[in-house]
Amino acid sequence: MTDVPTTSGSPAESSPAAVRYSPLHSIHEQLGAAFTDFAGWMMPVRYSSDLAEHHAVRAAAGIFDISHMAEIHVRGTDVGAFLDYALAGKLSGIALAQAKYSLLLNEAGGIIDDLVTYRLADEHFLVVANAGNRFAAATALAERAADFDVAVTDESDDYALIAVQGPVSRAILEATAGLASCATPLDELKYYRETAATFNGHDLIIGRTGYTGEDGFELYLHVDAAADLWAALTVAGEPLGLVPAGLACRDTLRLEAGMPLYGHELNLNTFPVQAGLGRVVALSKEGDFVGRAAIQAGPDAGARVLVGLAAEGRRAGRADYLIFNGDTEVGVITSGALSPTLGHPIAMAYVDPDVSEVGTELHIDVRGSRIAASVVSLPFYKREA
Amino acid sequence: MAEKSELQYTAEHEWVLVDGNVATVGITDYAAGKLGDIVFVDLPKVGDTVALGKIVGEIESTKSVGEIFAPVAGTIVEANDAVSGSPELVNSDPFGEGWLVKIEFSELPSMLSLDEYTALTGD
Repeated sequence: MTDVPTTSGSPAESSPAAVRYSPLHSIHEQLGAAFTDFAGWMMPVRYSSDLAEHHAVRAAAGIFDISHMAEIHVRGTDVGAFLDYALAGKLSGIALAQAKYSLLLNEAGGIIDDLVTYRLADEHFLVVANAGNRFAAATALAERAADFDVAVTDESDDYALIAVQGPVSRAILEATAGLASCATPLDELKYYRETAATFNGHDLIIGRTGYTGEDGFELYLHVDAAADLWAALTVAGEPLGLVPAGLACRDTLRLEAGMPLYGHELNLNTFPVQAGLGRVVALSKEGDFVGRAAIQAGPDAGARVLVGLAAEGRRAGRADYLIFNGDTEVGVITSGALSPTLGHPIAMAYVDPDVSEVGTELHIDVRGSRIAASVVSLPFYKREA
Repeated sequence: MAEKSELQYTAEHEWVLVDGNVATVGITDYAAGKLGDIVFVDLPKVGDTVALGKIVGEIESTKSVGEIFAPVAGTIVEANDAVSGSPELVNSDPFGEGWLVKIEFSELPSMLSLDEYTALTGD
């Protein structure tokens, strides 16, 4: 066994001050979670079995602590124009209570972060960034705000974020004691919309959003009320099949759903169009935005593009494994696993454009063995409507 | 299933049960727990000659890949077909039904006691 770390000498012990803990950490410990360092946070990787947690989210529901995510508020009279300049999408165009997936680009067209942005009020947006990109995103937004009448405030330390994901999610929230005053009733809340609510008197933002490919909700609230909300959701959810779910199954769930993960499918050297995210960049919007000139020029001809790969058997290609067409290296895997839902290996990979057509037969080098794999369309898994 | 105190251990998180000149090899519960749900096990064939410390197989979980090293030099006399078909046995019973291979050896290297291994993992 090689890649099993021992606990002695781990970063957690040598520099405890550098490690961040979720406001729900003691709950995870009580539940017997195994932990992993994720972007400097000690987060639950699994509670019992990541396969069981994965299947529970597809069949019933899982509750995730994703408090490591970053919450950056933008308020002011210029907020729409500012976000249109600072981000790749046309955020001024979204309705009150709507959410939108967007990208924060640099001048070269590279991706600083991928984000979900909610319009909480006419002049108030909430930008949710990845934990590992919190400071890069907050800094870029603050710098870009210089010529606009807006205030950018990173309020991440005040927020806990709990996701309830799976087909019975709505029933769980509706049965949760203390959860009340939804401005929009949950049965009317559409996908990628948010509503204000309260939990035992604490303000709550509930987004019908997620990262699993299932119906579900993300609940933003103050850290002080997080443990009580987790407990109340658990009490309501357990009879409906809710289980605590860790980051391991979150990763296999999002991979099956074909959703990119920053640092794997997305990075500073990747253009959105390569990642299949060309539609996220609103080139038709008026005015300049950071990265526009580079995006219009586009990546180099022959730049690799993101595809899905499917293989047979149980041996999965994983991140950094190379893709071959005959003896020619034509790409590299960015995420890969044995799909728990589909039962065969799946991967996302960047490949040369001439081998990116669906149906193309390629090979994955799995530690010296060549495994046949076919290019397939994304997502690998789509829930029934 | 043998008592954990009767087993010997390696720094690569394997356990060894010695019976005469045959060593039964598995991975520890600590290693299985760190790997997560095991979904694929690749074992050597009966009759293969293995050298001390060399890679003889692989264990894959949903999240990662671990290599199996030969804790003793010798010849594979049995490979656990049950774990090839049901890799989850390595999680559910790592010291019992989840054993991996039996190696016939002529010389037994020095390995760790349970106390020494436990000190290593910090559990």
